[in-house]
Amino acid sequence: MLWKTTEYAGWGRVHTATGQVARPERVSNLVAALKETPAPAIGMCRSYGDASLNDGGAAIDMTRLDRIIGFDPDSGTLEVEGGCQIGELARLFAPRGWLPAVMPGTGFATVAGCIANDVHGKNHHGNGSFGQHVISLVLMTPSGKKVIGPKKSAKLFQATVGGLGQTGIIVSVKLQMLPCKGDVMMVTERRAESYEDFLTLLDNSTATYSVGWIDATAKGNNLGRGILEEAETGSGLMPAQKKPKSVPFNAPAFALSKPIVKAFNAAYYRRVPESGRTSVKPINDFFFPLDAIHDWNKLYGKRGFHQFQCVVPIEKAAALREMLELIARSGLASPLAVLKRMGAGRAGNMSFPMEGYTLAVDFPNRPQAEILISRLEEMTQLAGGRLYLAKDSLATGARIKSMYPEHAAWVDEVEKADPEGQFATDLIRRLDLRTTL
Amino acid sequence: MMQSWIILGATSSMARAFGRAVAERGDAVFFAGRDMDDLKRSATDSAVRGARVAEPVFFDARKPESFSAIYDRVSAEEGIINVAVFVGSMPPQDAIDAEPSLIDGTVTDSFTGPARFLQGLASLMEERGSGTVIGVGSVAGDRGRIGNYVYGAAKAGFHTYLSGLRNRLNRSGGHVVTVKPGFVDTAMTWGIEGMFLVAPPEKVARDLLRAVDKKKNVIYTPFFWRYIMLIIRSIPEGIFKKLSV
Repeated sequence: MLWKTTEYAGWGRVHTATGQVARPERVSNLVAALKETPAPAIGMCRSYGDASLNDGGAAIDMTRLDRIIGFDPDSGTLEVEGGCQIGELARLFAPRGWLPAVMPGTGFATVAGCIANDVHGKNHHGNGSFGQHVISLVLMTPSGKKVIGPKKSAKLFQATVGGLGQTGIIVSVKLQMLPCKGDVMMVTERRAESYEDFLTLLDNSTATYSVGWIDATAKGNNLGRGILEEAETGSGLMPAQKKPKSVPFNAPAFALSKPIVKAFNAAYYRRVPESGRTSVKPINDFFFPLDAIHDWNKLYGKRGFHQFQCVVPIEKAAALREMLELIARSGLASPLAVLKRMGAGRAGNMSFPMEGYTLAVDFPNRPQAEILISRLEEMTQLAGGRLYLAKDSLATGARIKSMYPEHAAWVDEVEKADPEGQFATDLIRRLDLRTTL
Repeated sequence: MMQSWIILGATSSMARAFGRAVAERGDAVFFAGRDMDDLKRSATDSAVRGARVAEPVFFDARKPESFSAIYDRVSAEEGIINVAVFVGSMPPQDAIDAEPSLIDGTVTDSFTGPARFLQGLASLMEERGSGTVIGVGSVAGDRGRIGNYVYGAAKAGFHTYLSGLRNRLNRSGGHVVTVKPGFVDTAMTWGIEGMFLVAPPEKVARDLLRAVDKKKNVIYTPFFWRYIMLIIRSIPEGIFKKLSV
């Protein structure tokens, strides 16, 4: 049977969709499904909001088209089907000295999803965004397939990378991987005592991979305190990989209440000694720490959660400080909060990155959180920053369009590729993203 | 000892997951089926994952003339020859009710086609000794019921064939594992109403490998289907004939 009616959700579980979903296991099934009902592609649905939802419409689940269809061990070029997962590639290739050049915070993300959101990783300051390592890709629409790349059909490529699936279905991708020393990470953790301290550490970091955990509940002198993790790949004996655990049911609301989060964060901060420490970790533990707990999104209960992620230009670091003050005062933040330095690298019209600092914070889905997030979005806009569409579930179209200067160029290409709007998703409709109004 | 696997019906997701699992052990894998473009992709995937050899080969359960090329190819490999049979077709019962000639294809795909293939390979396996046949049957073959009794009958025939083949190959050190999967999350079950406790194909693949290593004779996967089917088989026919399970 080709189509099945099912309910599915974004990772934050605030938005859900019900509709017909096909899950082709062969390219010929995909062609048949697309001919029958043109519909946007979905993958592992790791976007937090509604980027991977098409409520009342159809969607094509690409997760079964997940094979490696070419690899050159000398150059590290890899060709995979779009549904292939990043964590699987890291597992297979790190022991052979290659890593996907960019890896997002979850190994469950598909390669096509990484392109559709032009994701960044912990090495963005040095290695840029995912799309910058794409050599070419095969894009399919009801009228046929096309091979595109940074030089071949460059405009269509720029509209496809970070293009939220609006130009067609990404069937397969040729990627350039980066050499690595092996499948372990040498990780140095240091405390940052304040926001200013954190920025100094981030600015002076020379590590290939770096990420900051930030205590979004700390106020006063402790505001912006956290832990900076810096890492390089390494080789050698790896500590035994722990088996993934899963969350069997929705957690009750008090699990992430203010006193619990505050206590957790304080303990988490003190876990790293004042003088810092260096340890060897399996590659997954560094890149995909949360993947060790399957369905961790259930920890937020059945109401789900929002993730706010913005980037602001370097000179607007003060705006980020104000945001942190507001967040700490609200008492709404969860332990999951990340501060990173971001480079300028981006590959598509609608790519998120800009040179600056990026902050990501999770909030349980409550009315006060929506008000807070709306305020944070406004502050981002005033600072000349940008919101990340892979995370967004609350922004307005006007605000998003004002943040993406190449939006009009993107709309032009998308209209050419999909004039009937067959690949539109809930996010596209919510933000009215396919018009320039 | 070097191992080779012929995977019949290799375009199915269960077969693909199994192919990957043996590829990561370094075995040779032959992906047998009809969609050569798709099989080629699976073969490349397995080669990158560590298979000693990974090739697509053409196989059509309804065309016995396609079998000998596979026998020839695999006999060129040294070491132990194993086969995993994932072929089968399950047209909806009401389609068969409307067009009884569909029975022939169903029985050929799910029973006589693979049986004939195995029959032709058995002597080679006996020569080499200690190879394993995995035959994927179905819980549907444990009892005929209104929903899919033609498919069930074909699988029941296949189960009986596998039991006899096990008896035969045992004499030369070979082994046969009969697998009866419950609901597995594949294209075959996608969108069918009433599915529950659906197992991912990767889980089934792990169960198959374990069954091969432990020389199990008949396994249900996931394991609890053994008990579900025990109950279903023990319902007296007088009652069963009135049920629609």
